[in-house]
Amino acid sequence: MTSTIRCDIVSAEEEIFHGKVKLVVATGEMGELGIAPRHAPLITRLKPGQVRVILENGEEQFFYVSGGILEVQPQVVTVLTDTAIRAKDLDEAAARQAKDEAEKLLLNRTDAIEIAEAQAQLAQALAQLQALERLRKNLKH
Amino acid sequence: MAGTKEIRTKIKSVQNTRKVTRALEMVSASKIRKAQDKMKASRPYSRLMRQVIGHVAKANTEYKHPFLIERPEVRRVGFVVISTDRGLCGGLNSTLFRKLLGEIREWQAKGAEVDIVAVGQKAAAFFKRLKVNLVGSVTHLGEKPQVAQLIGVMKVMLDAYSEGRVDRVFLCYNDFINTMTQKVRTDQLLPLPPSDELESSHDWDYLYEPNPQVVLDDVLTRYVESLVYQGVLENLASEHAARMVAMKSASDNATKLIGNLQLVYNKARQAAITQEISEIVGGAAAV
Repeated sequence: MTSTIRCDIVSAEEEIFHGKVKLVVATGEMGELGIAPRHAPLITRLKPGQVRVILENGEEQFFYVSGGILEVQPQVVTVLTDTAIRAKDLDEAAARQAKDEAEKLLLNRTDAIEIAEAQAQLAQALAQLQALERLRKNLKH
Repeated sequence: MAGTKEIRTKIKSVQNTRKVTRALEMVSASKIRKAQDKMKASRPYSRLMRQVIGHVAKANTEYKHPFLIERPEVRRVGFVVISTDRGLCGGLNSTLFRKLLGEIREWQAKGAEVDIVAVGQKAAAFFKRLKVNLVGSVTHLGEKPQVAQLIGVMKVMLDAYSEGRVDRVFLCYNDFINTMTQKVRTDQLLPLPPSDELESSHDWDYLYEPNPQVVLDDVLTRYVESLVYQGVLENLASEHAARMVAMKSASDNATKLIGNLQLVYNKARQAAITQEISEIVGGAAAV
């Protein structure tokens, strides 16, 4: 019987922990979870809180997660953590903001982006002029 | 001597331009490495995410998530377009837009309407001019983009998909292959293309907490977000690579231009000297 299980803790932006552990303790949505080797397959959402792992040599490590998903497979425990605080209304606010931004873009015709665009076109025209000039110089000599 | 002075100022100004392009080139060169590191760091997440989804698909659940179901009829497609915020990166954005326009026309020819979500200023400016159906936009992601910045725009698309307003969603970005090559890629985001690891081996199911529907919804939403996030990182690395190459060729051109101008300047100077000598000689002969 194996007394350890592989554990991966990752976020979208980086790998946080991986290695063999004796126990994983996390805050699931339905309550505290302690995952030892040979746990039944499980998948759950995590609440913001601590994930504690106990390494092979008995050492403890703590990680703070702002939510995420915990999956238990016979050989491996995977913790997919969120890097942002997620909540339904927060997500909705972000979506609204993205929509507003799009609408603003379609309405306003003389904002910073227009100026950036004009600048880009100006730079292009200048480059073309320069190229022409160079061509003329080369022809002359 | 009027001509020579003009040429000298011109040489000076081209030299200054070269200083700027050199600096930009070096800045990009150092940023590529950082962008690549970020790309690598984010890979384990999507790999493990794919594994989890593979397991979920393998497990015996009676619930089929809409993100996994192919819809027979496509009336409206969504595109998530990832572009850069700044210019001066060669043809990176314009190649992307050109390719995308081709695809948009193809869908329109099939009678489907098109929704666009723009990531990055260049895409926002481009699609604003086109007057397509721009439903969401996010700009100024900066050098260290974060998933949190993408949640909003992705929710716009994902909601549209769940509510049946959009039948298919694509992701369009520049794939970083190496410093010299970036390739435009259009990946299907939704419905999620079936993965290779789908052979079901035995009958088992997860313990779901709280229930399959909620958990699957979360997993799949996050997976799609992580795909888009990866696209953003790839595009960022591509941006720096393209800028480095563009600035390098600009510096080279400036060097060439300076060489030519120097030649012209020397000739003009020599002509002036010759003229002066012949004037003195002519004057002396007259005396």
